[in-house]
Amino acid sequence: MSAPPKDDGVPVTPELAAVGESRPSRVKKYWFYGMLLFFALLYIYPFIIQLVTSFKTDPDATGNALSLTPDPFTTGAWETLFSSNYPTWFTNSVIVTLCVTVGRVFFCSLAGYALARLKFTGRIALFTGLLAVMAVPGIVLLIPKFLILNYVGIYNTYPALIVPLMIDAAGIFIMKQFFETIPESVEEAARIDGAGTFRTFWSVVLPMAKPALITLTILSFQGSWNELGHFIVATNNPDLYTLTRGVAGFTTGGLGSGNQYPVAMAAALLMTIPTALVFIVFQRYFTQGANAGAEKG
Amino acid sequence: MKSRDPQRQQGAGWLFVSPAIIVLGVFLVAPIGMALWVSLSDWSGSGSPISGDVNFIGTENYNALLADPGLARQDLMISFRNTFYYVLGVVPLQTMLALSLAVLLNNRFLRGRTFFRTAFYFPSVVSSVAISLLFLFLFAGSGAINNVLGWFGVNGPNWFQDSRGLIHIFGDAVGLWSIASPPSWMTSPSVMGLSFWEWFSGPSVALSAIMMQVIWTTAGTFMLLFLAGLQDLPVEVEEAAMVDGANKWQRFMNVTVPHLRPTILLVVTLGFIGTWQVFDQMYVMTQGGPAKTTLTPAYLSYQAAFTNGDWGQGAAIAFILFAIIFILTTTQRWLMRDKDASAQKRADRGVRRQRRRPTRVIVEETQRKAQSS
Repeated sequence: MSAPPKDDGVPVTPELAAVGESRPSRVKKYWFYGMLLFFALLYIYPFIIQLVTSFKTDPDATGNALSLTPDPFTTGAWETLFSSNYPTWFTNSVIVTLCVTVGRVFFCSLAGYALARLKFTGRIALFTGLLAVMAVPGIVLLIPKFLILNYVGIYNTYPALIVPLMIDAAGIFIMKQFFETIPESVEEAARIDGAGTFRTFWSVVLPMAKPALITLTILSFQGSWNELGHFIVATNNPDLYTLTRGVAGFTTGGLGSGNQYPVAMAAALLMTIPTALVFIVFQRYFTQGANAGAEKG
Repeated sequence: MKSRDPQRQQGAGWLFVSPAIIVLGVFLVAPIGMALWVSLSDWSGSGSPISGDVNFIGTENYNALLADPGLARQDLMISFRNTFYYVLGVVPLQTMLALSLAVLLNNRFLRGRTFFRTAFYFPSVVSSVAISLLFLFLFAGSGAINNVLGWFGVNGPNWFQDSRGLIHIFGDAVGLWSIASPPSWMTSPSVMGLSFWEWFSGPSVALSAIMMQVIWTTAGTFMLLFLAGLQDLPVEVEEAAMVDGANKWQRFMNVTVPHLRPTILLVVTLGFIGTWQVFDQMYVMTQGGPAKTTLTPAYLSYQAAFTNGDWGQGAAIAFILFAIIFILTTTQRWLMRDKDASAQKRADRGVRRQRRRPTRVIVEETQRKAQSS
């Protein structure tokens, strides 16, 4: 079969050109790249403005929103940011994200493995329940979550921020689907060697599930770093705010009258950087599904 | 071979799923039950909702929201109206933008595909709070957007303070009516607490700005789904169409679009489900204002409970929203029921299918996450 397009831009189906269409004319090509450039600008320019504005003064940001040269150049916004609660929020976000991600990857793998491979009564009922839980939209859970956190007595604590996010029904589902693709004979071998169920899971099956584990890790990281709703209802103590919660308060409180756009842009930029790093390093896993064809072709 | 012992698998099975059952049970299933009770009670927010002082009041909260004329019903209807225009704008536009981006990226002669794909997809993985802050600045009175509009001689509005509806503005511009004094036949009869004038306002300028932000952000994720679909399109089919003398546009409409129909259906239905849940942007940017024109059911529910202390009503709104989303999700599952079968058939043709099944789930999942945040 003919190969799909590759990144080097070499036309991979030369016979196609021979059949009907001549190579695109120069005008068409310019038109095409013009469109592409327009969309690229639309998507990249806002982030450039964000970066540049964080080095501007308030009046400069308001007066020359589009200008790409801060006049005068100042790191004032960053200093303001670092002397605010922002560092605390950043630390909290790191703590919460790490705990949630580690917990989610471990517990979702465990449950996914049990649902995929272990034979126990109630397995099918549990899986049906899982599908039902997946259909519940997170946004309608705000009030219920607040009620239960209060009732259990952990409102305004780290466990309230972490534990409810630690299990994700969709994560269990992903892991279950993946474990089902691993041939059963692998486990048989381990069992014959006398390994117990957990050992088989931990040292034989789990290492084989690396792609799924990485995907789940990334989804958990991104999900908990960007989460807002849960943190709104889990705490009202500024010392426990995560970045999303704290920075969201920036706009409602601080920015209304005397706008501090440079500070806001610096705050938004800094909280984007960890996501950007993970995204760039693991991009393949973010977009893997979409490219499954291209890479193999 | 002890581990083969079914008894042992019983124990291990339950042990392995127990953390998940406990957390989901305590923080998801139980609270839903508790909130259902609160929505049927007169709990005021102090003390435990499950105590002797709290009374069962039946469907009173639901009646106030759906039946009795009053502020509660009016607010809910305003939030429905806003969401209606929001969905009407966002779903088609984000689908078209995503498809356009995917078609551009799928061009055979494109150099630097990875770079462009990264750029278009990046906003989808960034926190909605960070993006909202950025857009507050871009759409500010003297912000970047108004600067660009200024090049074309357009005096941009004060986006997030402007509660005028787009249909109102349009009618005013073509001389149908004047916003300052709307025609009386549109203001007098009221349906569910809102006059025709209010129902047919269109999205406000402020809501439109949020809509543009959401379209810009989510198009990237849907673009990935379209790209996956486009790369499934066998080159032979397009070749055949070419030999038959079909031009580019004809090929797009008669070959590409029909081939992508399952993906389009997926993107549209996911769009419907996602748009009904919008909350973060309202929380960060507008708090429902100006003049309640960016109020959505999710934000209204939050506001009723956490700002106004009306827990019963807040919970009731959440359950009404739940019902709506449940209907949408069920409809989606029903519409997509054949899709898996046909996708399977198509995949059978290729050699690369082993990889596709699990990864497809992952794409959809990534996507679901992005939508709901």
